[in-house]
Amino acid sequence: MTWKHKHLLGLQDLSRRDIEMVLETAKSFKEVSSRDIKKVPALRGKTVVTLFFEASTRTRISFELAAKRLSADTLNIAANVSSTSKGETLLDTARNIEAMNVDAMVVRHSSSGSVFLLAEGLKCSVVNAGDGCREHPTQALLDIFTLQEKFGRIEGLKVGIVGDILHSRVARSNIWGLTKLGAKVTVCGPATLMPRGIEELGVDVCYDLNRVLKQSDALIALRLQKERQQDKFLPSMREYSRLFGLNQAKLSEAGDHLIVMHPGPTNRGLELSADVADGPQSVILDQVTNGVAVRMAVLYLVLGTKTPA
Amino acid sequence: MGLLIKNAIIVNADKTGQAPQDILCDGGKIARIAAGIAAGGHETIDAAGKKVLPGLIDIHTHLRQPGREDKETIETGSRAAVKGGFTSIMCMPNTNPVIDNAMVVEFIIREADRVGLCNVYPIGAVTKAQKDEELTDMAELKSAGCLAFSDDGKSVLNSRLFRLAMEYAMMLDVLIIEHCQDPLLTAGGVMNEGIVSTKIGLKGDPGIAETVTVARDIEIARYLGARVHLAHMSLKRSCELIRFAKSQGIKVTAEACPHHFTLTDEACSGFDASTKVNPPLRTQEDVDAIKEAIADGTIDCIVTDHAPHTKEDKEVGFDGAPFGLIGLETSLSLTMTELVKPGIISLNQMADKMSAAPARLVGLTGKGAVRQGYDADLTIIDPDKEWTVTREGFVSKSKNSPFIGRKLKGSVEYTICGGRVVYKI
Amino acid sequence: MAGTKIMDQEAIRRAVLRMSHEILEKNKGVERLGLIGIRTRGVILAHRIKDAIKAIEGMDVPTGILDITLYRDDLTLVATSPVVRETHIDFDITGMKIVLVDDVFFTGRTIRAGLDALVDFGRPAAIQLAVLVDRGHRELPIRADFVGKNIPTAQNQDVQVILGESDGKTDEVVLKDAPENNEGGLNV
Repeated sequence: MTWKHKHLLGLQDLSRRDIEMVLETAKSFKEVSSRDIKKVPALRGKTVVTLFFEASTRTRISFELAAKRLSADTLNIAANVSSTSKGETLLDTARNIEAMNVDAMVVRHSSSGSVFLLAEGLKCSVVNAGDGCREHPTQALLDIFTLQEKFGRIEGLKVGIVGDILHSRVARSNIWGLTKLGAKVTVCGPATLMPRGIEELGVDVCYDLNRVLKQSDALIALRLQKERQQDKFLPSMREYSRLFGLNQAKLSEAGDHLIVMHPGPTNRGLELSADVADGPQSVILDQVTNGVAVRMAVLYLVLGTKTPA
Repeated sequence: MGLLIKNAIIVNADKTGQAPQDILCDGGKIARIAAGIAAGGHETIDAAGKKVLPGLIDIHTHLRQPGREDKETIETGSRAAVKGGFTSIMCMPNTNPVIDNAMVVEFIIREADRVGLCNVYPIGAVTKAQKDEELTDMAELKSAGCLAFSDDGKSVLNSRLFRLAMEYAMMLDVLIIEHCQDPLLTAGGVMNEGIVSTKIGLKGDPGIAETVTVARDIEIARYLGARVHLAHMSLKRSCELIRFAKSQGIKVTAEACPHHFTLTDEACSGFDASTKVNPPLRTQEDVDAIKEAIADGTIDCIVTDHAPHTKEDKEVGFDGAPFGLIGLETSLSLTMTELVKPGIISLNQMADKMSAAPARLVGLTGKGAVRQGYDADLTIIDPDKEWTVTREGFVSKSKNSPFIGRKLKGSVEYTICGGRVVYKI
Repeated sequence: MAGTKIMDQEAIRRAVLRMSHEILEKNKGVERLGLIGIRTRGVILAHRIKDAIKAIEGMDVPTGILDITLYRDDLTLVATSPVVRETHIDFDITGMKIVLVDDVFFTGRTIRAGLDALVDFGRPAAIQLAVLVDRGHRELPIRADFVGKNIPTAQNQDVQVILGESDGKTDEVVLKDAPENNEGGLNV
């Protein structure tokens, strides 16, 4: 087995073997995180910078902890988007940071594909922590890791993804990853938020959440951005919640076989009711725990690779 | 002393000369076309093995001056034009200030004269400051030198205002060039809406944003009996609508750009901002339909929509980058490579689409053909020479071309404007 | 590439048995004794020692697995053998006498990494080292407490330990001239 990716930009570019290798490696890192001394020296002397152009606490902290548990030095930069529009380009900003001998840059940016620009223009490794509506590969990897942990397999698993598919990088990364590993994915959400031609990615489209619940082993509920209503994609939040929000009644009707996932942070009462989010079928906190292990694996693999991706 | 082109195989829109001829240019005009004209102290070019076309005319470029001289100037744009074989170009009014008054028109014409490489004809705005609110003083603009009017960059969204503009333009016998795109449907899209945008998570611009405007404009033209020229058609469906309109005798004409018959939206998957253009690159089906429409006359002419942008402006990620790519220096070779060489159109048709038709559309007299008494605007090409597009090779101030690295067939050897050699390879 | 056989199955069996006796002798029995094998073949040897001690003393010695990949001082190996396996030590090593077990003792870097890893799990009373083969060429001030066999080698040679459990072949230790490409066969 070899790992040849200097960057992790998305799951679209990874093979099934690559994804399996991350999952396998993450298992060992989960063990490290369960120790009293949650730190190994694997990345001692390496510098990992998180460069976030979009606010995010969870993902950034998860990456930061992952890097620290591998003994890397970390630095967090919350870049002001407006400063990059004042003449300094995204690449300029990144190059300036890289010039201080950074080994890996974990980047979140609101523009789809921006990480490609950085991967091309920088010498250090680039890890995508979410680029626009395109991909959020580590989220999907941790979702898949959690599914694997709960079900012991991905092949043949039926996974529903419900919400704003059009704008969701979590949905896209999960679609790439899950279908590559042989899962059957059904996407569900309002027709106005369903991207054109999504079926061509090998997923089913269903507008009936109850049906998706009945036929799925796991359901990933996506966070709904409040601005979608202002953009007229939705008549009202109330109607969205009625049709696509998951509550205990809908879940109970579907049966207790199903596990519920959410990338966080949840809009309680909108896409998930509080009793579901905190209920026995929710694995949301396991996802958070696994996120650190998966990100440790990713940092370890990309930083250990000398050959360009 | 004149300029004598020896051994010229002349390619006009209607026919190709059988035997080599000599062309004598004098006083800015084509003085004589005959075999064996005596050299007699004239500056001489030997065009043996090459083809002599009427100087290319581009009725759709952006020169950025006044306002964004960091992207392009009338001088650098003229240089790019003559390198691409163009002897006349028409520049769009979305400058700063907008070309909506005679002063800006006069400034551009004066500056183009100072540069003295090719003819530059400013296109006037349809609405003041391109704000879609009031019509410009079109008659005054016409007398200052505007042959056509457009709010290019966007549609005249207000349908009543557009109807009024077309009526007024009909009275003045000037051409209205319409950028067909309903921004409410585009809704911030940055590439074609389809499977590729779905895959890579970029906001899609649905084809219907173009086609509903095409249909509207055709209907207004039909109702008024007025002319309308539809800019940079990018879709199969648009071609079908235009073909239908023409069959009904509606006075609609249309143009297409080389990038729309060369590239598909797949080119955007690498997030190269030079593939971000408006209207966006579409699908293979559309590319094929555009080629067909050029061949069968549905599309009247080929234009560049040369839209220079600086590296700094383009290097901000696909979403944030401005729309547009440069085209003056690759247009002829792309047309040769994609249309002429595969036999989709003949060299004569190319001379039509890139010179005769545009001259006819905007009413440029004495241009668009290699004919005695016409202006001595000539483009001499080597139809077989291969060359590779490089970043360094561009003389335009901006380098935002998606064709860098591409090998093309057909090169511009000489550009002659008003009887003077303004470019030599 | 053919090599010279240094130890056969019998020799390995006797060496393990002798080391087991030495471990018991030095530690005066099995009280507070723990074995930790370094992946991959150290684990097998640790289990063989555990079985031998059980046969001698009738007592089970707690045995753990250590993966030292994350403690290596050379990250470049990730590209060719990236998989990090789990470390599995299900007993508290604090206050115990821990015998670290590995197959080949060479530069000492693996053992250095193993020591670093071990102290992350607790504070043993003592750490001892048992190796099947000591081939010399130390780069760090580390020595073994229990050695199956000392084998003089040249720097560019390769010592291969083959064990039934991991390799599916009859046990043996072979000395080879190092191949040009040393990928995967590095003893660090």
